[in-house]
Amino acid sequence: MYLGRVIGRVVASQRYEGLDGVPLQIVQPLDERGASMGGSLIACSAISSGPGDLIHYVDGREAALALPDETFVPVDATIMGFVEQAVVGETDLAKEPEPSR
Amino acid sequence: MQIAKIIGSVVATQKDEGLRDHKLLVCQVHNHENKPQNQYVVAVDAVGAGPGDLVLYATGSSARQTLQTKDRPCDAVVMAVVDSWDQNGSNVYEKWSE
Repeated sequence: MYLGRVIGRVVASQRYEGLDGVPLQIVQPLDERGASMGGSLIACSAISSGPGDLIHYVDGREAALALPDETFVPVDATIMGFVEQAVVGETDLAKEPEPSR
Repeated sequence: MQIAKIIGSVVATQKDEGLRDHKLLVCQVHNHENKPQNQYVVAVDAVGAGPGDLVLYATGSSARQTLQTKDRPCDAVVMAVVDSWDQNGSNVYEKWSE
């Protein structure tokens, strides 16, 4: 599992059957200091996340298992929770202001 | 998943028995600013995508989780055709405005 921030949304109406109604969002992975780490990726969302939210996501085959309904779907990343607190040393990443873009 | 543009297809008559009757697409990876990258993937089509479409593809063992690719030697599958996306509050791509 990884820490990330939702930075965008993807609309795709023509999709694999089992994925109807599943939100697709762009996630920027974050490191332990809350800074961007590597390139962004597209993930399904199993929660009601939206742009700006600090979240954690799972990748690989397990990502499909995190979806609420159909789990035999070709999904390799799924957002599965909001991060309310992430303490590293003295700082709480969830309380840090979102970096301006 | 990543975004890619379909730039061609692969025809291979001599291939693993499990991949017979599958459409293989050559996809060029795009970043999330819609800039083409120097990275290419051959993926099995699970949604009926065509040349020029921007699509989402899934990789790794997740690619085997479709009825078409179950238990087959496949590590990339096209699972959605992208209509649009926005990033940091601004629209990056709109299929119908091209």
